Amino acid sequence: MANGVTSGQALRPMQALGTQLWDENPIFRQVLGICSALAVTNLVFNTLLMCAGLVWATSMSSLTVSLMRRYIPDRVRVMVQVLIIAVYVIVVDIVFRVFFFETHKDIAAYVGLIITNCIVLGRLEGFAMRNRPLASLADGLGAALGYSFILLGVAGCRELLGFGTLLKNTAWQLTLLGGGDGAAWRHWTIMVVPPGAFFVLALMVWAARAWALRRQAAPAAPSAAAPAPEAAA
Amino acid sequence: MIAEAPHAAPGAALLIVLLSAALTDNILLTRFLGMCPFLSVSRELRSAFGMGLAVAFVTTGTCVLNYWLYRWLLVPLGRYGVPVESLKLILFIVVIAAFVQLMEMLIERVSLKLYFSLGIFLPLITVNCAILGGSLFMVNNVQTRGYGTAEVFVYGLGTGLGWFIAIMLMAGIRRRLKTAKVPAALEGPGITLIIAGIMAMAFVIFQGMIRL
Repeated sequence: MANGVTSGQALRPMQALGTQLWDENPIFRQVLGICSALAVTNLVFNTLLMCAGLVWATSMSSLTVSLMRRYIPDRVRVMVQVLIIAVYVIVVDIVFRVFFFETHKDIAAYVGLIITNCIVLGRLEGFAMRNRPLASLADGLGAALGYSFILLGVAGCRELLGFGTLLKNTAWQLTLLGGGDGAAWRHWTIMVVPPGAFFVLALMVWAARAWALRRQAAPAAPSAAAPAPEAAA
Repeated sequence: MIAEAPHAAPGAALLIVLLSAALTDNILLTRFLGMCPFLSVSRELRSAFGMGLAVAFVTTGTCVLNYWLYRWLLVPLGRYGVPVESLKLILFIVVIAAFVQLMEMLIERVSLKLYFSLGIFLPLITVNCAILGGSLFMVNNVQTRGYGTAEVFVYGLGTGLGWFIAIMLMAGIRRRLKTAKVPAALEGPGITLIIAGIMAMAFVIFQGMIRL
């Protein structure tokens, strides 16, 4: 579990946030915690809610654990951490049930599963147990945001190709493909069903790593500005 | 999801529960639960076997325990206005963590050999989404399909078995993959995700092609 940045007592909050956002991005670097979120990525709005829940749960439990870190007995620390996460997840669950009743019905089980999302516990074990509250908050926030923007990317691809829309079934629905109400778009079933999530995410991981590898290979050449990685579908 | 067969013999009904939990509703490939250990522990056949077995065992055990607690503790309490939906999250995760801890201690006492082949995976299991997910979906099934103890036991077994099958398949494929040429950037998680996607397609076919 202990991964990512483990050293710095001196790590500043902003630094911690930035590191988690890109350099140690939980998905590209570690491919962690995709369990409970991939399942909801065929609609952007569901993903948005899931990500909001995750951002809240990760940052708040990082802060809480960091504040309590001297008082948590080592032997039962996973238990204590899980309970702290559970409390924040329950808050999310209740808020969603009140404000987004219809969507909540679809994703209720997955909201509960934020508790066992490896990213949350990973950040608590790997960072919050050893660092100051503010840095831990930033670290958790960064990890969750870094995770969210990738998931939103996956969700955007899947919904656009699957339904021809973005933010389907909400007041902000955008029909981008097929025109009209999107009925003219020939739905890509593969994007709607589970395998689509694996393929889209795999392509994104591939692209990100290819880019990182190229930058590693040519660190000196300044003109080699970000060659677009070809994620040929 | 398999169509319900209300008039079938009880044994046949249980078999349907088992098969649908293990194959058509495979918790890993159709619900994405337990992805992290699936990606990280599937490099070797032997460790995949240990992990899969441990997950199958814990899922079965905790599903039944959580069902009893839900049925005989939470639901009655709910009549007095206790928020069952919120409380079940905490209760389930505590039961899972305690179950795992107990298992670990027990296995360590009984057999060191077993401990080193299976026990080392146990601490990781508390945060395996498949286990908590199994219990949460179990509650859905209890509410919508009226599962009893026998069905819940079989459902837990099927869920665990499905996870076991998926990780064993993946470990087998990845072993063959060692001799294959994979683009550098695609190595590791990338190619594993693509394989998982192809496997998921196979499992989707069990479903008789999709509900949208």
